[in-house]
Amino acid sequence: MKHVATETVTGQNPNWLLAKLDDLVNWARANSLWPMPFGTACCAIEFMATAASRFDFARFGMERQAFSPRQADVLICAGRLPFKLAPVIRRVYDQMPQPKWVISMGACASSGGIFDNYAMVQGIDTIVPVDVYVPGCPPRPEGLLYGVLLLHKKIKGESLADRALRDEHPLDDTGLRLPPDTIDEISEPFGNSVHQFRSA
Amino acid sequence: MLPAHHTFTARNAHALLAHPMHQPYVAFLLLLVFVAANAVLLIGLSHLVAPHRPTVSKLAPYESGMPPLGGAHERFSVKFYLVAMLFILFDIETVFLIPWGTIYFASSGPPGGPPMGFLLVEMLVFLAVLFVGYIYVWRRGAFRWD
Repeated sequence: MKHVATETVTGQNPNWLLAKLDDLVNWARANSLWPMPFGTACCAIEFMATAASRFDFARFGMERQAFSPRQADVLICAGRLPFKLAPVIRRVYDQMPQPKWVISMGACASSGGIFDNYAMVQGIDTIVPVDVYVPGCPPRPEGLLYGVLLLHKKIKGESLADRALRDEHPLDDTGLRLPPDTIDEISEPFGNSVHQFRSA
Repeated sequence: MLPAHHTFTARNAHALLAHPMHQPYVAFLLLLVFVAANAVLLIGLSHLVAPHRPTVSKLAPYESGMPPLGGAHERFSVKFYLVAMLFILFDIETVFLIPWGTIYFASSGPPGGPPMGFLLVEMLVFLAVLFVGYIYVWRRGAFRWD
């Protein structure tokens, strides 16, 4: 539909100014994705290899790993996610400022993988919204880089006018994603740390 | 290559140096002003332009995804002040004593500085103050480690 709109009689897209601004902003955002690594398993080893000198994702403007959600752009869940950690990744995601994206790295993060059991979240997309799934067990660094480039492609198609990029959506329309309280509840039997107290 | 009238010769040196750009620190001052203005501009602009959409969890402290426990400004055990006192007693005292001793014993004092007797009295006062602290932590049992 957007393509049709550019083919008007005057030959000018009435929104070309906004479109150019979108291009500029998306170019800046896509090329300065600061990752927030959430490494829980062997995928994190491959993630570290991706960050190190041979594969070097600093080439894509990702050299500043956040290790804090405050100034992070993309949450990379590398590894399986037990229910015990579900409230943690949700809180990390909720603390990231908009716009934010999530890469689910590896089979376990994307679908539970071989850990089809009582303790493991079967796909982190029930906890946080996922933009790019990277298959593999674990994916090679090339695979993660391919996922990052896919995310670049997605970001470059976004628009500033899209309010979904700005507003918090604790629940999506499908009802697949759970509210934070429910996540706390389902992680309760696994001894989560929501009810921890200071021992000192 | 500079134009002829800008060539630095003994005859026009005075006139050239009188120009503001040839004062040795003007360029440095300009750099300082530029850097300060740039910093203020960048931080101020990003503060003004950046979107602020705070939520409860965004405003909460980051505890690696755990719910935060209490605040950062809280009371801690009074035992730790003994460690601080011992540090001042032995470490800081040595740090001050060594340069003092170097000056006091090497020469007849710094040229144009205070007289030697004044130096001695100053250090003795300092040692006396710390000696009071030494007696205090001794009586408090700070040297009994187990």
